[in-house]
Amino acid sequence: MSEGKKAMKKPGQKPKIFTTLFLVLSSVVMIFPFVWMLLSAFKTKADVYSYPPKWIPSTFTWDNFTEVFIKIPFFRFYANSIGVAVIQTILQILVSAMGAFALTKLEFRGRKSMFSFMQSSMYVPEVVTMIPLFLLAAWAGMVDTYAGLILPGLTCAFTTILLMSFFETLPDELIDAAKIDGCGYYRVFTKVIIPNSRTALGTASLFAFLTHWRAYLWPLIITNNVNMRTLPIGLKYLVSDPTFEYQILMAASLMAIIPILIVYLLMEKEFVQSITLTGLKA
Amino acid sequence: METDSNGIVPRVRRTRRKGGLQARDQKRAAAVMLTPLVLTLFFLFVLPVVFVVVMSLTNWSLTNTTRDFVGFKNFLFVLKDGRFWKSMGNTIYFTAFKIVLDTLLALFIAVLLDQKVPFRRLFRIAHFAPVVVPITASSLIWLWFYDPGIGPFNQILTTLGLPALQWLYNEKTSLLSIIVFSVWKGLGYNVILFLAGLQSIPESYLEAARIDGASERQVFFKIKMPLLTPVTSFVIMMGLINCLKVFTEVDVMTPNHGPLESTLLLVSYIYDQSFTRGKMGRGAAASLLLFVVVFAFTLLQRAVSRKSVSYE
Repeated sequence: MSEGKKAMKKPGQKPKIFTTLFLVLSSVVMIFPFVWMLLSAFKTKADVYSYPPKWIPSTFTWDNFTEVFIKIPFFRFYANSIGVAVIQTILQILVSAMGAFALTKLEFRGRKSMFSFMQSSMYVPEVVTMIPLFLLAAWAGMVDTYAGLILPGLTCAFTTILLMSFFETLPDELIDAAKIDGCGYYRVFTKVIIPNSRTALGTASLFAFLTHWRAYLWPLIITNNVNMRTLPIGLKYLVSDPTFEYQILMAASLMAIIPILIVYLLMEKEFVQSITLTGLKA
Repeated sequence: METDSNGIVPRVRRTRRKGGLQARDQKRAAAVMLTPLVLTLFFLFVLPVVFVVVMSLTNWSLTNTTRDFVGFKNFLFVLKDGRFWKSMGNTIYFTAFKIVLDTLLALFIAVLLDQKVPFRRLFRIAHFAPVVVPITASSLIWLWFYDPGIGPFNQILTTLGLPALQWLYNEKTSLLSIIVFSVWKGLGYNVILFLAGLQSIPESYLEAARIDGASERQVFFKIKMPLLTPVTSFVIMMGLINCLKVFTEVDVMTPNHGPLESTLLLVSYIYDQSFTRGKMGRGAAASLLLFVVVFAFTLLQRAVSRKSVSYE
């Protein structure tokens, strides 16, 4: 690595020109595709296909956006994506939180083996279970249904383990105190555990939502009907449309990206936290 | 630090709670709380895994209703199939390039971000942004970048007087193009991990070394790098495992596996066998072969992370 010497010589002294320059450069590279998308979504066809291609639109047009809605049921894809991801996240966190509570704070036989069993389920890649799950879903009549989109995504092992590591830090005295006050275990869970681990639940939810929002393989397999597609699948088929034009793709892509990008900019800290926690604990 | 992976409740309490009404109460509560989790594990893990093993031993097909036991024929077919080995080769190529680029670049950027530079937070936001957007959406942008006719990449190359490339449309560059996209998309994730690792190194270690006259280069290679070993091994091993599962970007950018199937990866092969051709038995067999590889790497990762350095 050729950085080092010059950049790191005296920490905290004189502005680090090389470091800053390099970071500016690499940030530009990372952001450039988004800038390109933003500019191009407003280009006219003539700008895109002229030679040499224009980087800045000569006139700004909204036509590409209307074109997206004409070509594909974009709102429907959006609603499907949000609905499916939100329901999946809620269910997944609920199942995981209950399981994590039992596995950390309750005594029962087979607790250890239950945990290692759950852990072992994480070793199996999605592509292995996808073929049998598709057949099972087909037999259950779940192809092209929301149940078929939602239920098979509820793999809870990872979020359960994540939540367990938080619940472990909650002192048992808290539970004992609630028990003395006459709470049963269910009340302990809803009145003590849940309110005391809001941050943890938030991190786990954010992680779960991102996973579901970006899901590709399963929604691709389980949907044939255009109206059942989620956003990622809808965008894939927009490309295979033989009449596709780049500026229209960019308008669609922009609309798909903007909401999540805004959420990210508002909650950058939480995103980073969810990565460091999940990444290093896994 | 000595922690039992699931162990938690101090011993004293454990004995106090044993026996009596409370214990029975607790068991019942545990059973109720665990039921949904057990159900998801059964339907999404146990049942499919048993089923996929059974399928791999039959001539299960989407188009045919006869399902006969065929022994290891599917495995033999896959292992003799040139396309399977092509996809294996492509996957290895993809993995090797991606891991090297990803790890080195991420480490480099994390080291820069770890210093006192202006706009640090902004830089971090910029590097992580591609991670959060859906892969399908961002690959559409890169599809245009790679367009041989009106793509900006070729425009830049020709402006610089360099020959234009066919990018995704030439079997020599197609997979590499997808690797570049993939590195762009995933880099921020590893930057964050490395940065967290660097920031968790106590300043006192670095100070001590500097007082002893260590150069910054020595501080980096002799202190920071060894302490980063757990993060580095995690990044590399998770990268390996994730590379074996790559599908979305190749499927969106090259829906027909690229020129001469140069972007056919393992998951694309399995998908193609099972769903495009309907040979589910063969797909099941291939997916189990993939699983064996993933599993081997996972065990390796666990072994490596257990041996990691600790200066506590």
